[in-house]
Amino acid sequence: MDLENQARIKELAEEHGKENLMVILGGAEAEASGLACETVTNGDPTFAGPLAGVQLGLACYHVFEPEVKSEIDDDVYEEQISMMEMVLDVDDIVEETKKYREMYSEHA
Amino acid sequence: MFEGKKVAILGDRDGIPGPAIKECIETTDAEVVFTTTECFV
Repeated sequence: MDLENQARIKELAEEHGKENLMVILGGAEAEASGLACETVTNGDPTFAGPLAGVQLGLACYHVFEPEVKSEIDDDVYEEQISMMEMVLDVDDIVEETKKYREMYSEHA
Repeated sequence: MFEGKKVAILGDRDGIPGPAIKECIETTDAEVVFTTTECFV
């Protein structure tokens, strides 16, 4: 995950409180989505960025996940997301994001 | 699940870009506080 974005997420968690901040991902691949989810929950696994060793435990979901999708207006989801849902490996992406959330998120 | 929550969006240039997710989240009870689109290449 981008180092600059790690810094922003850290600042936002401090500003709004870890229990109030959610992260929604739009990653194209399962591995990258899982890595981003791990970074905002358990810290940067590459130990390169501001979240290295920082366990925020944020609630983190991919936009494809049913819990998120069901809250979004159907027409807007259809217009903005559904085309990519057809070309990306939704099951793998969802599974990988969920895996890290269930392991490390304290506020989901 | 979104009631009273602040949302940070990490979009992906090759997946779902940040602004598309933002449009969606704005139809929920959450407040979007940060939107970006990463490039993983």
